[in-house]
Amino acid sequence: MLVYRIISAVIYLILGGIVAGLLAGIDRKLSARLQGRRGPSVLQPFYDVAKLFSKETLALNHGQFVIAFSFLLLIVFTGVLFFAGVDILLVFLALSTAAMFLVFAATSSNSAMSTMGAQREMMQMLAYEPMVLITAVGFYMSTQIMNGGEGSFKIIDIATGDLPSIVYLPGIFLGFLFILTIKFRKSPFDISTSHHAHQELVKGVTTDLSGRNLGMIEIAHWYENTFLLGVVALFFLSNDWWSIPLAVGAAALVYFIETIIDNVSARVKWELMVKLAWGVTIVCGGLNLLVLEYIF
Amino acid sequence: MAKITKSPWLLHYDGSSCNGCDIEVLACLTPVYDVERFGIINTGNPKHADIFLVTGGINEKNKAVVKQLYDQMPEPKVVVAVGICACNGGVFKDAYNIIGGVDKAIPVDVYVPGCAARPEAIIDGVVKALGVLDEKQKAFKEAKKKKGV
Ligand code: SF4
Repeated sequence: MLVYRIISAVIYLILGGIVAGLLAGIDRKLSARLQGRRGPSVLQPFYDVAKLFSKETLALNHGQFVIAFSFLLLIVFTGVLFFAGVDILLVFLALSTAAMFLVFAATSSNSAMSTMGAQREMMQMLAYEPMVLITAVGFYMSTQIMNGGEGSFKIIDIATGDLPSIVYLPGIFLGFLFILTIKFRKSPFDISTSHHAHQELVKGVTTDLSGRNLGMIEIAHWYENTFLLGVVALFFLSNDWWSIPLAVGAAALVYFIETIIDNVSARVKWELMVKLAWGVTIVCGGLNLLVLEYIF
Repeated sequence: MAKITKSPWLLHYDGSSCNGCDIEVLACLTPVYDVERFGIINTGNPKHADIFLVTGGINEKNKAVVKQLYDQMPEPKVVVAVGICACNGGVFKDAYNIIGGVDKAIPVDVYVPGCAARPEAIIDGVVKALGVLDEKQKAFKEAKKKKGV
């Protein structure tokens, strides 16, 4: 078992960035097609990042490089932990720590856009963090039901239950999908930064990052997206072989739906984002937990 | 090595234009012209930009702004002056506050004449700018290597 876990972590380390980079390219192509345009090549995100590394890096201070690098390192660390199948609480904790580094990177400059972006990024964390915790608790309770008593936070146990966890966690899955839009920084919740131009905050958190530093943040986002899709897949995994294609298909479908949502919705204000996110968390996540606690 | 010409990010600044050229610049992003198919993104952020696209002439007030935007762009970078106003002041040339074209403030690499410059002409200008950008990237790499030694 340990061998499989190490192999899956290594595969993530090698392919995690490439897969999400390709997905980002498909996302841009799909968005263009939805808008009646031809769109860039699917490999465009790779061209962009390669260019960023070849350009001059205008750093405002030496700290910027260290912070951006730490963000990348911690995101990759989070993903490696996840795909190695360790405790899911540890994984989510590492994710929050990584997210703080993006905020640090933004606040290390005194640009108003960057600082506002950082504040909004923290608002986003405030909005999605409760649902992330409920997701972890939900996974624990689902293993408890499947094992008849003994629950586990270990990802490896969650992924090898008798049934996919989604059977017990439909509400939590919906809630997680909702905060996924915030995590992907996609419209309507792309308030701290966005890959489209013309927003009131210029580029929000990444406004003052350039060249190599921006390139590292981009790569970190790719790894982050692969990890998040991994969590989506986790809802569908069980000890049957057919759960693997099911999980991959579900993750791909979720990414497709996110792209559509991104294209058909307009950015909301942060107040509405927090209200909506918490509302969905309480209704979907809370109800699901209550049902698990009192009915099963 | 990475080809900068495959991912040119663009910064558009409206000097003292009549907005005619700006509408044509935006037209380039629409489905009809779709410059994103070349990887071009309108960033609106000098620190992410490779191409500086200026419409309208330079006046006493915006001279410093244009200079600062130019300075905030990381090397290698190119400047495209779009519309006859940006080339030499155009119809506003004799106005009391106009100094002249964009080259009165920063070095310009490509001039796109026209009033207003048509989207086709703007795309042509940007493609020409990509050639210049390629040259500049090579020079930039050389300089970096020399510095490293
Ligand atoms: S060139 Fe013509 S259309 Fe363009 S800004 Fe000048 S006056 Fe307006």
